[in-house]
Amino acid sequence: MIPAFSFLAGLIFGTGLCLSGMIQQSKVLAFLDLAGHWDPSLAFVMAGAISVGLVAFTIAGRRTKALPGKASDVSLNRGIDRRLVTGSLIFGVGWGLSGICPGPGIALLAFGSPQAITFVVAMLAGMLIFELTGQFRDLATQNKAIEDY
Amino acid sequence: MSIDWQHFTPLTSLGGGILIGIAAGLLILTSNKILGVSGILGGLFKPRPGDAGWRFLFILGLFLAPLAWRSFAAMQAPPIATNSAVLAIAGVLVGFGTRLGSGCTSGHGVCGLSRLSPRSLVATALFMLAGFATVFVTRHVIGLGG
Repeated sequence: MIPAFSFLAGLIFGTGLCLSGMIQQSKVLAFLDLAGHWDPSLAFVMAGAISVGLVAFTIAGRRTKALPGKASDVSLNRGIDRRLVTGSLIFGVGWGLSGICPGPGIALLAFGSPQAITFVVAMLAGMLIFELTGQFRDLATQNKAIEDY
Repeated sequence: MSIDWQHFTPLTSLGGGILIGIAAGLLILTSNKILGVSGILGGLFKPRPGDAGWRFLFILGLFLAPLAWRSFAAMQAPPIATNSAVLAIAGVLVGFGTRLGSGCTSGHGVCGLSRLSPRSLVATALFMLAGFATVFVTRHVIGLGG
């Protein structure tokens, strides 16, 4: 892995967020406001990103198959479980309250506003809560597995 | 529903989306990593040896992008109109929820849908539904506005 590509990916991604309007809270909330004055722009962001993504991930998928020894971070194929459902719903509520998701949160830090800092610190706290409660969660799953025996 | 034509930006949004797709493609093809911001950040809490560097560099690039933009062209700081208490609650929900659900708008919404993952399709549908419902309640039921 070449670290420069990671930095470049972050830079291009952040530029995309700026150009697309994803870093504007007002635009995200206007997209989520179906009952109000709806701004469909963000559907175009998804369309643009996924059309390029489909090509890239198809190439990446073929390459992974061609190199069977190379473990991929991509294929962590768990099923659709309660964790996925609950987590996505919780995230959606937070996104709807703020109009900010993790990527734009980090990009907004660059403007140094107290609101952006508040959001990102709270987001990192939420991630920390996840890490800390994870031990209990794992323990509960283990106990359940033991009971299942 | 009425369409907000005044703020509708199909071309710049499509262009920005294409850049986002290029960034995701660059990361998967050069480094075999998924461009999921919540996952990249979350991995820093329990870093495996040799796994933190690329995460920091990605976050640094993301953070510097608006500054780089501003050194070439004008861009106003996007206003955040939500009050701090709501922002703090929202931030905790976003941080916790994306880690529990293993992804956010970029990881599930862009990369997951691009690789046609059923899990990501369900996750994206659910966080969008929850987002629609939340905005409906805050704007049209309790009337919080922006």
